[in-house]
Amino acid sequence: MKMPAPDQATLARRQEIVAKLREIVPPGPLGDGVIDDANTLSAYECDGLSAYRQLPMVVVLPETVRQVSDILKYCHETGTKVVARGSGTSLSGGALPLADAVMLGLGKFNRILDIDYANRCVVTQPGVTNLAISDAVAADGFYYAPDPSSQIVCSIGGNVAENSGGVHCLKYGLTTNNVMGVEMVTMDGEIMRLGGKHLDSGGYDILGLINGSEGLLGVITEVTVRILRKPETARAALIGFDSAAAAGDCVGAVIGAGIIPGGMEMMDRPAIAATEEFVHAGYPLDVEALLIVELDGPAAEVDYLIGRVREIAEGLGAGYFRISENDEERENFWAGRKAAFPAVGRITPDYYCMDGTIPRARLPEVLTRISELSEKHGLGVANVFHAGDGNLHPLIMYDANEPGELAAAEEFGAEILRLCVEVGGVLTGEHGVGVEKRDLMGAMFTEEDLKQQQRVKCAFDPDSLLNPGKVFPTLHRCAELGRVHVHRGETRFPDIPRF
Amino acid sequence: MSVLAPSDHDEIQAAVAGALADGIPTEVRGHATRRGWGRPVQAEQELDLSRISGIHLYEPKELVLSAAAGTPIREINEALAAENQHLAFEPPDWAPLYGGAAGEGTFGGVIACNLAGPRRIQAGAARDHLLGFTAVSGRGETFKSGGRVVKNVTGFDLSKLIAGSFGTLAVMSDITVKVLPAPEKVRTVLVFGLSSEDARKAMSAALNSPSDVGGAAHLPAGAAARSAVDYVNGAGTAATALRVEGPEPSVAARTEALKRLLGEYGGIEELHTSRSRTLWAEVRDVHPLLPQGENLIWRVSVPPAGGYAPPPDAEYYTDWGGGLIWISVPASDDGAPPPPRVDGGHATLMRAPASVRGVVAVFEELPAGVAALSARIKESFDPERVLNPGRMYPGI
Ligand SMILES: Cc1cc2nc3c(=O)[nH]c(=O)nc-3n(C[C@H](O)[C@H](O)[C@H](O)COP(=O)(O)OP(=O)(O)OC[C@H]3O[C@@H](n4cnc5c(N)ncnc54)[C@H](O)[C@@H]3O)c2cc1C
Repeated sequence: MKMPAPDQATLARRQEIVAKLREIVPPGPLGDGVIDDANTLSAYECDGLSAYRQLPMVVVLPETVRQVSDILKYCHETGTKVVARGSGTSLSGGALPLADAVMLGLGKFNRILDIDYANRCVVTQPGVTNLAISDAVAADGFYYAPDPSSQIVCSIGGNVAENSGGVHCLKYGLTTNNVMGVEMVTMDGEIMRLGGKHLDSGGYDILGLINGSEGLLGVITEVTVRILRKPETARAALIGFDSAAAAGDCVGAVIGAGIIPGGMEMMDRPAIAATEEFVHAGYPLDVEALLIVELDGPAAEVDYLIGRVREIAEGLGAGYFRISENDEERENFWAGRKAAFPAVGRITPDYYCMDGTIPRARLPEVLTRISELSEKHGLGVANVFHAGDGNLHPLIMYDANEPGELAAAEEFGAEILRLCVEVGGVLTGEHGVGVEKRDLMGAMFTEEDLKQQQRVKCAFDPDSLLNPGKVFPTLHRCAELGRVHVHRGETRFPDIPRF
Repeated sequence: MSVLAPSDHDEIQAAVAGALADGIPTEVRGHATRRGWGRPVQAEQELDLSRISGIHLYEPKELVLSAAAGTPIREINEALAAENQHLAFEPPDWAPLYGGAAGEGTFGGVIACNLAGPRRIQAGAARDHLLGFTAVSGRGETFKSGGRVVKNVTGFDLSKLIAGSFGTLAVMSDITVKVLPAPEKVRTVLVFGLSSEDARKAMSAALNSPSDVGGAAHLPAGAAARSAVDYVNGAGTAATALRVEGPEPSVAARTEALKRLLGEYGGIEELHTSRSRTLWAEVRDVHPLLPQGENLIWRVSVPPAGGYAPPPDAEYYTDWGGGLIWISVPASDDGAPPPPRVDGGHATLMRAPASVRGVVAVFEELPAGVAALSARIKESFDPERVLNPGRMYPGI
């Protein structure tokens, strides 16, 4: 993975930059505002994609929006690059530092500002963790729906930047569908509010664009999220099949019957074995594919629908069917799935988590080809799958200490993602492009598609100072992108009907 | 004015390239049913997309549908209904609001205007269901964004920008949306005789309960009297409506729970599926304020508990649990703007003569920083301002 060459002039100004940042963010009650010693900096050298590491030039930890604005204004004026960081759990290298960039950490933005039940929303600072929002409203019977498996640590600001998903997104939507407003600072230091406690704001939906923008468009300093009343009940079913194809059919049949479960997850045999050994969730070990289907809502609805799911599953030859009888058992069913990544981590020195999405009907074929690729590359793979929405997480097992294995794992991963695109899917369902999938963007987008996205980037950050080197494989200058090319003559259709 | 009516994507591209080369400001439209929404466009030609029509992918089990932008929305609704599915954002039919025939309008228009009905509080707006599109930008260049799957964070989500851009950024030729199973049953709990403040409290109590309410509206007496639903028009007083949808045993249980919860507020009645559908279509389509005669119609989005009060001489009703207020006020040259919101929000002048829409901020003015950024976004797609110039804001 090639990152843009560090700018020597910026590196030469390092002392000056550190001094200026200290002036903007003096040490406060929450500790130092600026980190510049190599030892402490090393805590920031990577995110969840730990194969890529780079010490940042300097880390700044502002506490106020004014400070964020002043930092960005200064960096803008001096042509200094900036990388924002929440909790650093990105799996695509979105928060990977650059040697010549200021890393702007939002860890001190850690307060929930307003819990507003009458408007069913919570206003929070971006460094608050995903789970802390649900915890803050749990006693009153509410929760925040998107629940990435990393929810104990990942920040809500990072969730917005990545448009993160979770097992409940099938029914309740992704981050973008649950964020009502943000306060954001653009690279020139301008502070703006988008959306709020109301639903329609007029003008272009810049709020929607910010969700999933991977820290390239602005630094998020406040988030307003929608909270939901907890469903009256939830019950989960564990359903085992002797082929992935049958499990896939079951998922299609449930949805085809008009049922949208709260969550619908699938694991293949290697993933079942690894998680069962780790968590002892009580999964059957003699099935090829296991579904977890959770139904939530009023008790009357849940009981009725779980009966229908049972009929559908048994009609399709499910050999194993177990329904949770209480919340403890239900949570136990989920504990295995939610710990799938670390569970696989226990049986292999290293693993590489992929994140493509496919049209669900193509699942059997895609799984077959993944196992062929697994043989070709000589690396094992376990599959966990947000089955309801087609988001596949193959976990490629390798050993970074074996020469060539990391490269083989990356090549295997790239082939899986190209396969996802080939069958009508996409490169990333929820983990983001970051640096990891940057150079694969051409598999999904034409040069013109990518140029239009980059023009939008130019509207926010014309000097490309915010998180450069991520998402886009080729950096074009904004002036070049802005030029209008008139194609008339070559492409004009003289015979368009005119009335 | 000349009308270009391309019949495929390449012809759209040629038309836009021609407009760009000759500097011809162009009005982009489908059936033009919502032409009266927004600032009057100063165009020299029309680009009529209604010939680019047809559903070319619909996989009910995959919950996905793709169609050409000019496909009649009626055709899409019918195809979905045949499989017991629907567009969950409940696109309203505002053709009659603008003096047109009910049922007209194109798929592209629904998306470009980011429409949403009463289910917005639960299922979101068009923006939340648009998975991907292909378009020609104001630069005359073809680009696509998104895909056909729900879980997708590959690149910027340009779908969000296009939804609600009123044709000012690019001309969509092809659109892919998420579709969902239609609910088997619908029931509505009506509470009669509430003041607007009590109605707000009752709706809030219902929305904060576990009954999964997918529609919460309040019709003051005047608006209730215009309903075609007997229980509503015959009550002679205000009606507050709460909707639950889903399988039979579920709606029955939730209806009972809501009746228990709301009994203390006032007299209660219950509507079953057919009457419910009529009532919510009325709420969706601004029926309680029609015909509006010479009146102007405003649509105000606010925090539901913000305490917003419509002007004293206005007729109005509320949707989205109090978060959306439809207001009808006597005509005036300055658009008779509704009172300012105390707690944030946004006002849109939905229906007024072109002369008023030319001088009044139809879409309430944006804060300076957001306005400047929006102008730069426009520039990035349509630097020569050939597509629907001025439809949303001066210069955009
Ligand atoms: C074990 C594990 C399980 C996971 N499970 C899931 C899952 O189920 N679903 C899922 O979607 N993801 C999952 N992830 C990925 C990751 O947790 C999410 O992408 C998360 O949203 C990242 O949040 P963060 O605070 O750690 O952001 P970071 O990693 O710090 O940053 C991610 C990106 O966001 C930008 N950013 C962060 N904060 C801001 C801000 N305030 N303003 C602007 N830009 C900002 C950064 O520049 C970077 O580009 C998982 C990760 C791990 C390690």
